[in-house]
Amino acid sequence: MSKIIEGLFYAESHEYVRVEGEYGYVGITDYAQHELGNVVYVDMPEVDDEVTAGEDFGAVESVKAASDLISPVSGVVVEVNEALNDNPELVNSDPYENWIIKVQLADAAETANLMDADAYKALINE
Amino acid sequence: MENKRTCLYDKHVALGALISPFGGFDMPIQYTNIVDEHNAVRRACGMFDVSHMGEVLVTGAESEKFVNHIFTNDIAAAPDGKIYYGMMCHHSGGVVDDLLVYKMAEERYLLVINASNIDKDVAWITEQAKNFDVVVENQSEKYGEVAVQGPTAEEIVERILGIHCSDLAFYTCKEVECNGETIIISRTGYTGEDGFEIYGSHEFTNMVWDKLMASDEVKPCGLGCRDTLRFEVGLPLYGDELTDDITPLEAGLGMFVKLDKDFIGKEALVKQKTDGLKRKIVGVELHDKAIPRHGYEVEADGKVIGVVTTGYNSISTGKSVCMAMLDIDYTKMDTEVAVRIRKKVFPGFVTKKRFYDKNYKK
Repeated sequence: MSKIIEGLFYAESHEYVRVEGEYGYVGITDYAQHELGNVVYVDMPEVDDEVTAGEDFGAVESVKAASDLISPVSGVVVEVNEALNDNPELVNSDPYENWIIKVQLADAAETANLMDADAYKALINE
Repeated sequence: MENKRTCLYDKHVALGALISPFGGFDMPIQYTNIVDEHNAVRRACGMFDVSHMGEVLVTGAESEKFVNHIFTNDIAAAPDGKIYYGMMCHHSGGVVDDLLVYKMAEERYLLVINASNIDKDVAWITEQAKNFDVVVENQSEKYGEVAVQGPTAEEIVERILGIHCSDLAFYTCKEVECNGETIIISRTGYTGEDGFEIYGSHEFTNMVWDKLMASDEVKPCGLGCRDTLRFEVGLPLYGDELTDDITPLEAGLGMFVKLDKDFIGKEALVKQKTDGLKRKIVGVELHDKAIPRHGYEVEADGKVIGVVTTGYNSISTGKSVCMAMLDIDYTKMDTEVAVRIRKKVFPGFVTKKRFYDKNYKK
């Protein structure tokens, strides 16, 4: 059973964003990490790069496949999770603790286009 | 077209395997995860359902002459039980398939071919056989096959399956009476580890699988780790490193091509050797951990100079490496090249395509 956390916003492409004030922490869901299998590389943008909701900002690579990361929100990258460079498997062990990028949100209202925990739960149980 | 299923298909489903199409079959890719299964084979013992592989029996007075006519390696005067790796080539030198030839006995050879090529190979072999006194039989449906691979494989096959195999040298086989039928066991594999491949009826194959599962000492392994294992030790996969348009010389498999005998494709290969290769498959190691995958472009001097044939973040070494077909000018060891992965270009250098040392018992 995939873990879903209340209070986060979810995208159909299985990224989440946790909003704290003017910042959003973006990562992949537990369902996504499980589907991918052993994560061996996370291709992340640079600090100060712009990300746009609905567009890719990097990729998560498992042994067998590369999967694009689609940003659920727009804004500027203010931090990337450097720990994932040496330990990409952290995405498997706790995907919600191990976010991938921290974004300064351009428009906090964008989260209205995303799913809440219940809606995401319904999506992955389809 | 509906995919075929091996005689162990129901067992894979019951084990909860991830099933995907491969070579016209619905095959198990992984049971738990690729990394654990890969490590089980490197460190202890894993088993694979390889019943999808094709088997073609060639018999008759001219069988040795015929097999040597279609095979790049030389099987002349081979002792019974000897196995050879090599290719069948088109007249162009491109590869029809890579295969193992088992010399079962005088005038009896078993050709073990790739699942994806069974129909093509059988048609091609049958066509070439027209002017030879041989009988070609496709026995692919008759045989199931289990590969038992890893450093403890010998002990496990002896103790759990009760099949004496410690007498088998590397790349030899024998027929054994087992459960009222004649089965074939060979000291071969596709993992770079010691191990055995066991061919028998569907019923026998199920019995082998069940006994090994019941022992709890052998990990069921899917085709996912079969690919990472063969890749790390530089073994080619038809469709990646070998195709109808790639010659064995370009693939770096010249040691399995005997140009001092006659076979189909020899003229083209001799000419290619004389003229010099224009491209070749080499290893490439990247400095970063991004993964170069099949089909990605390789660049140097601001231009595309080749393409990745297979690549992974090597499970045994942790390095991101690939085999790649490169313009010959860029194939010297340590040449700096880069692989385009998504929007970025990741630098690396040319290296040996054996990324991990084989651990055969010879």
